Amino acid sequence: MQFALLIYHSPEEFDMRKKDYGDPHLGAWRAYYKALVDAGVYVGSDALEVPEAATTVRLREGKRRVQDGPFAETKEQLAGFIVLELPSLDSALEWAARCPGASRGAVEIRPLAPEAKRRGFTG
Amino acid sequence: MNDIHQEDTQRTIERVARESYGRLVAYLSVHTHDIAAAEDALSEALMSALTNWPRDGVPQNPEAWLMTTARHTIIDLIRHHRVVAESEPTLQLLRENTMEPGFSTQFPDDLLKLLFVCAHPAIDATMHTPLMLQTVLGLDAARIAGAFLISPKTMGQRLVRAKTKIRSGGIQFEIPDRGDLPGRLDAVLEAIYAAFGIGWDDLVGVDQRGQDLAEEAIWLARVLVQSIPGEAEVLGLLALMLHCEARRAARRSHDGRYVPLSEQDPKLWSLSLIEEAEHHLATAAKLGRPGRFQLEAAIQSIHAERGRTGRIEWTAIVEFYEQLNRITPTLGRQAAYAAAVGETYGAEKGLAVLDAIDQDAVSTYQPYWAARAHFLQRLGRTSQASSAYDRAIGLAEDAAIREFLIRKRG
Repeated sequence: MQFALLIYHSPEEFDMRKKDYGDPHLGAWRAYYKALVDAGVYVGSDALEVPEAATTVRLREGKRRVQDGPFAETKEQLAGFIVLELPSLDSALEWAARCPGASRGAVEIRPLAPEAKRRGFTG
Repeated sequence: MNDIHQEDTQRTIERVARESYGRLVAYLSVHTHDIAAAEDALSEALMSALTNWPRDGVPQNPEAWLMTTARHTIIDLIRHHRVVAESEPTLQLLRENTMEPGFSTQFPDDLLKLLFVCAHPAIDATMHTPLMLQTVLGLDAARIAGAFLISPKTMGQRLVRAKTKIRSGGIQFEIPDRGDLPGRLDAVLEAIYAAFGIGWDDLVGVDQRGQDLAEEAIWLARVLVQSIPGEAEVLGLLALMLHCEARRAARRSHDGRYVPLSEQDPKLWSLSLIEEAEHHLATAAKLGRPGRFQLEAAIQSIHAERGRTGRIEWTAIVEFYEQLNRITPTLGRQAAYAAAVGETYGAEKGLAVLDAIDQDAVSTYQPYWAARAHFLQRLGRTSQASSAYDRAIGLAEDAAIREFLIRKRG
């Protein structure tokens, strides 16, 4: 079954993206992706722009509301996601614990919902 | 009552709860076979202590007070939940067992029985340590779930299931007789060592709670040494844990960096813990019944020797690992054996040992990749080394170890 690891960053962690390619911090992420691929569990992933780049839209009583910034104003913000093919939540927890993002921010694990997608919901 | 008194009372309750938890649960569940009820009764007793003690003062024997209060609760519980005829003998026992004044210094027979129940062969082996952590040491399910990296809800359900099995599955609260003892004792020792291992790995040396768990495991092993004297492996386990614990302060540099064992400063090791470990190991050796914990303690003892001699007897370590692998060749031991072979006979030989390990089993086993990277680097096979380092870095969970490997990778 497929799990999404949702990676949450603090503002400091978002800042780390500006580091040079050779920085150990980025090296840890590259090594993590390599380990996922070598273990044959990697399905796909992507990073998101910083939360300041977010714009949120709602429609309420026929009126469009647009807000600068992310949906929720919390310190740690969604920074990216990785989709993995794994046998169980136990193994998803194991991979989440190894994620460099878990040492500073947080990693949320959600099973994908292929049934909801098939019936036409979200994404 | 003033604030200082309030604070003192609060602290007394916390201390009594911590020191007596396992003994009280053990005492309460030995007669009822109902660990969950014993835990509920005890937490209710602790709640009443929180309201009564600040008002009435701390009783002379706080443990006895908790015991009496919890016993009343449990008698009520049993009355409510069970058919009277079935529970009558249990109730009688609970009423008869009045609190002995010397309870806290008593031979902890009940505690021992509880340990054997937690590691009973009828209970799933993966639940032995979690049960022990909860019933004997009083850890909550969420904390245990974190240590075992499973969701708190799942851990809670598994604990409930295990306790139900103990209550209704006819598992006896008893100390096994001499014939069964070695096998049953092995399971108890494994569970204690697993608890120690969690305390050890838990953000090593940084996390106070991790240290607590390691200390609790050592405490349990000391209780076992006192209550079942003359068991070589019990002594071996205690010696092994004391040797590791002796090095706690040396495992991280002042700025939080990971320091591998062979590079630790022996001046930071605890001499008194090492001496205690050596004493237990020597006592065990005289019994002439070697086993896995004694062998592992012996390996740690050789590492400790470096504090006196300045060098490590790698050949002896290799021999001990060979004996260990003959008992049960776990992945961890095979990787450690390879590392010792590499130190003794060169990186080429070490690599050969690693190559002989089942490749499917090691695909996500971090220590294997760290050892492999180390050997490849020493052999000058740079690109293979950096690929193996990447694998070890990617599989590492501890940020300090990750950084250590990134530095070594270069």
